[in-house]
Formats: sequence, structure tokens, C-alpha cells
Amino acid sequence: MFHRRINIFTGNFGSGKTEIAVNFAMKLKEKKEKVAIVDFDIVNPYFRTMDVKKELEKKGIRVIASMYANTNVDVPAVSPEVNTLFEDESYTAVFDVGGDDLGAKIVSAFKEEFMKEDYAHFFVVNVKRPMTNTAEKIKEMIASIEESAGIKVTHLINNTNLMEQTSLEDILEGDSIIREISKELNIEVAFTSGFKEIIRKASGKVSGEMFYITKMIKLPWEKDFCV
Amino acid sequence: MGKKLLMKGNEVIAEAALRAGCKCYFGYPITPQTEIAHYFAKKMPEYGGTFIQAESEVAAINMVYGAASAGARVMTSSSSPGISLKQEGISYIAGAELPAVIVNIVRCGPGLGGILPAQGDYFQAVKGGGHGDYKMVVLAPSSVQELYELTVEAFNIADKYRIACMIMGDGILGQMMETVEFKDKEEIISADKSWALTGTKMEREQNVITSIYIDPEVLESHNLKLQRKYKLIEENENRVEIFNCEEADVIITAFGTVARIIKNVIKMAEKEGIKIGLIRPITLWPFPNEAFEKYATVPKAFLSVELNAGQMVEDVRLAINGKNKVFFHGRMGGMIPTQNEILDKVKEILKG
Repeated sequence: MFHRRINIFTGNFGSGKTEIAVNFAMKLKEKKEKVAIVDFDIVNPYFRTMDVKKELEKKGIRVIASMYANTNVDVPAVSPEVNTLFEDESYTAVFDVGGDDLGAKIVSAFKEEFMKEDYAHFFVVNVKRPMTNTAEKIKEMIASIEESAGIKVTHLINNTNLMEQTSLEDILEGDSIIREISKELNIEVAFTSGFKEIIRKASGKVSGEMFYITKMIKLPWEKDFCV
Repeated sequence: MGKKLLMKGNEVIAEAALRAGCKCYFGYPITPQTEIAHYFAKKMPEYGGTFIQAESEVAAINMVYGAASAGARVMTSSSSPGISLKQEGISYIAGAELPAVIVNIVRCGPGLGGILPAQGDYFQAVKGGGHGDYKMVVLAPSSVQELYELTVEAFNIADKYRIACMIMGDGILGQMMETVEFKDKEEIISADKSWALTGTKMEREQNVITSIYIDPEVLESHNLKLQRKYKLIEENENRVEIFNCEEADVIITAFGTVARIIKNVIKMAEKEGIKIGLIRPITLWPFPNEAFEKYATVPKAFLSVELNAGQMVEDVRLAINGKNKVFFHGRMGGMIPTQNEILDKVKEILKG
């Protein structure tokens, strides 16, 4: 799951895309020399890749974001630096795209570049989010994102969670809905993702690899002290 | 209780409003609260209500005046610069005694400022940003669950007293995701709305909704009536969370999400043998004076921590009324105080 040069993450806003994209980039860095993550979020200026820029750069991951993003100014812009990733093929790239079809629009601007390569387009789902809590709604969301992005979804990620209140039943509920969609749309389930201490118990019971993530995007009361 | 969902604060405001019977939403987009409008736009048709993206914030608040006059449960939302634009309308709504819910997901100012979280609109909300002698009830939740409960509550308070009720949260509260558990059914008070403009059908006298009273004696008596109503609200509606205050060395006061940082500071301080209490006003107006009077002489000092240059601290000082020292620590511009920084401030105070 980590061998493709181009890895795109889309989903409903609030599905956990950014957290997963950031963790995916960190996993990639363990395997590859040159890894870059692109903050492709033109929708939401809060809680995005830019917020963990320093930590990612410390790990040797290149972070590409709009020049406005480091000020959190609300400008829907993408850095022209993105183009260097299509020219310099020594990089493995992760694209953290904004939420819903609105956020996925930016992908279509680079559609031709993506189509030239063997890309992976991961669609992140949390069935505990109100706009993606049924198979019907999720399928609609996939269709609208594919239309807006101009490229097909190639993999599904089950990121069903209620944060620290997630139960095994929640993860299994997500798995059953996502498995149904996978069968119907013929899209592979790549991962079941979440915090290790929470999703470990689902191992062997769910589809896709287990993808354990570390919380990188933090709230003010989650920073410099943990209880 | 119903099913648990993972939701963003802004989404929860809209969902709670719909559950509370809100039939009209009028607003104009502005970061960091636009998801409220997105959610209403998607969901309002299911509830048979009206969603309008108005041409401006001024238009939206006047639409609120209209819908409230007709007796509908109505909401508008914005963030700081947009709320400034609504001030004239809010004063008119106060004058005409109309029930309405106004949401301010506060960002930093002054002016266009920035889009990051702040609490710099405390004075505007609590002391009256518009003209004339009026008040509005201001609720300050600190979690997504509380945001849901207080939004429903806001509609009830608004109807009960015919008053504008504001939900004030900072940008973090609007944007953060948290688990929320909805009730199967909301408790909705049935208020008498026989004053509303619903058409006389030629069967009754006309109702009149107005804020203009040209005769000075009539206007003074209208004002005195408003003041009696505000007094009643002060007596009945103030809400506060008191935490760890018995025998506290220092009592910190904070509202909204800042109180959550303080709760971690309390745990940090405990390890160092310092006892910190927290008084968290949930209603910013009416201000919970009694809680402060009760604990006024307990700690060595009070410390108000806010995302502004020192606004609520003035009300804390009025409530403490000279019985203790009141210190202030604030950050602005979207900067958030760290737990270490607040604990250092507490230690500095204790050193004297």
C-alpha cells in the first residue's frame, strides 16, 4: 500500500483525512528517502497539515503549502511549488485534499499530471459523521468527489471513530458498511485506521491492513501536557 | 439518549437549532462559522423551514426581525466582523422585544483581524454593542456537547422572555470535532406568542411590533419594563460551573474553551502541591455574581485567563468588589496560552 509515488487523500470534511495523510507520510518516510506532503486544502483554514509543519520537517518530510497557509489566512490558494513534485520523480508525494466535492475540485486542476502516473486515491470514511452514516450517503459522496476531482477513487479507508469513545462495535459497523460499498463499486479497502489502543481489538475482524495512527493535529488543551 | 455522532461544533449548532424547532435561518458566510450555513442549507428542506443566504449580514439580521415578528423560531450566525454589522438590528430586536438566537463564533480583531480563535467580543456581547439600554442573554459553551444543549436552551430562553439570546464560542469550538449524543426529543417550552403578526383574520385587534416610541413618557415606561425583565433574567437564568474551589490557593476564571486548558493546569498544579479552583461562567450575561461572592475570600487571589486584552476580568472585579486581588492573563491575535504559561503566572501570583 506504500509503493505508489502519488497518494491522494479525499473524503467528507471531518473524516480524518489530514490526520491519516500526515501519518501516511510519516510511514512513507520510514521506507523512502524523499517524501513530500502537500496541503491541498482550499476549504478549511483550521486544523490542517500546516499546523504540524514543524514536526514533519523535523522528520525530514518536505511540506508544501500555500504561502498564505502559514498565516492561516483564509485564501483558497495552492503553492506553485506543487509542480516540482511532478517534475522531480525521486519524490514520493502525499496530497491532503480539502473536504467534500468542494475541496476535491483542486485535484482536477492537476488531473493530467496525476493520470500520467500510477496513483492511489484514498477515500477516507467515518460512518459516525452525520453526512456519511449510511452506504447510500457514502456512495453519493464518492460519486460527487470523483466528479469534482476528475479521477476515480482507487482505495477505501475505514476511519470510523468517535475519538476516545470509539467501541469495537463502531469499528465493525463501519467495516460492514464499507465492505458493502467496496463490493458494489469494486474498490479495494486499503486500511482500517485509528489509534492503536482503540482499534487493536478489531485486528483480524476487519478488512484492509491495520493502520495505526498517532494524533498529530492537537487542540490547545492537548498540547504540552497529557493527563 | 440517542446515537452518538462525531461532529464539528458548527454542525452541531445547526443540528441543535433544527431539533429545537428553528424554522428560519438567515446568514452570510464568514470563517470560522460557515459550516453552520452549509449544514442548514442541506438539512433545512427536510424540516420544511426556510434557509436564505442573505445579501449581507445587515439584511440577515433584519430578516431575523421579520421572522421573529411573525412568531417563528429563527437563527442567524456570523463571526466577529459580521456580528459588528448586525448591531443595529440587534438593538431593534431588543427594543421590539423579539425572541431570536444569534451565534457568534468569535475570531480575532479589531477590524478584519484574523480567522483564528479569540474572545475579544465579550464587551460587545455583554455590555451592548448596539445603541440604547438593552441586554441580551449570552451563553458560552466549552464543549461540543454543551454547545448542543445550550443552543436548544437558547431558543427556550429567547421565547420565554422575548429576548435575543447569543451563543458565543471561539473559533476552536466551532471548528473542533467531538462526540455528541443527541436526546430522542428536545424539551421545547410552549411560549405564548399571541403578540406575533400572524394576521388578524378580522377577528382581533391588530398586533404591533415596533421599537419606536416618540412620546418620552411612554418610552421611559417601555425602558423600565425592559429593565424589570432584565432583572428577572438576572435572578433566574445565570449559570456557572464551579470546580475545585474549596480551599483553593488561586481561583482561575475562564469561559469557553479556555476553561478546558485551565482544567489541565489544575492537574499540573496538583502535582506541585498547588490547589487551583475554576469558576467558569456559562452565562456571560447574566453574570454569575453569586459564585464569585461565595468564594471571594477563599483563595489568595483570583486570575482571569482570556483570549483578549482583559474584558471579563472587569465583571470579575465588580463581583469580587474589592474583597480580593484579581489578576489577568490574556493572549490575542489567535495565540492561545499554554498550560505551562498559565501555571507560571499562578506561581508568580503566589510568590506575591
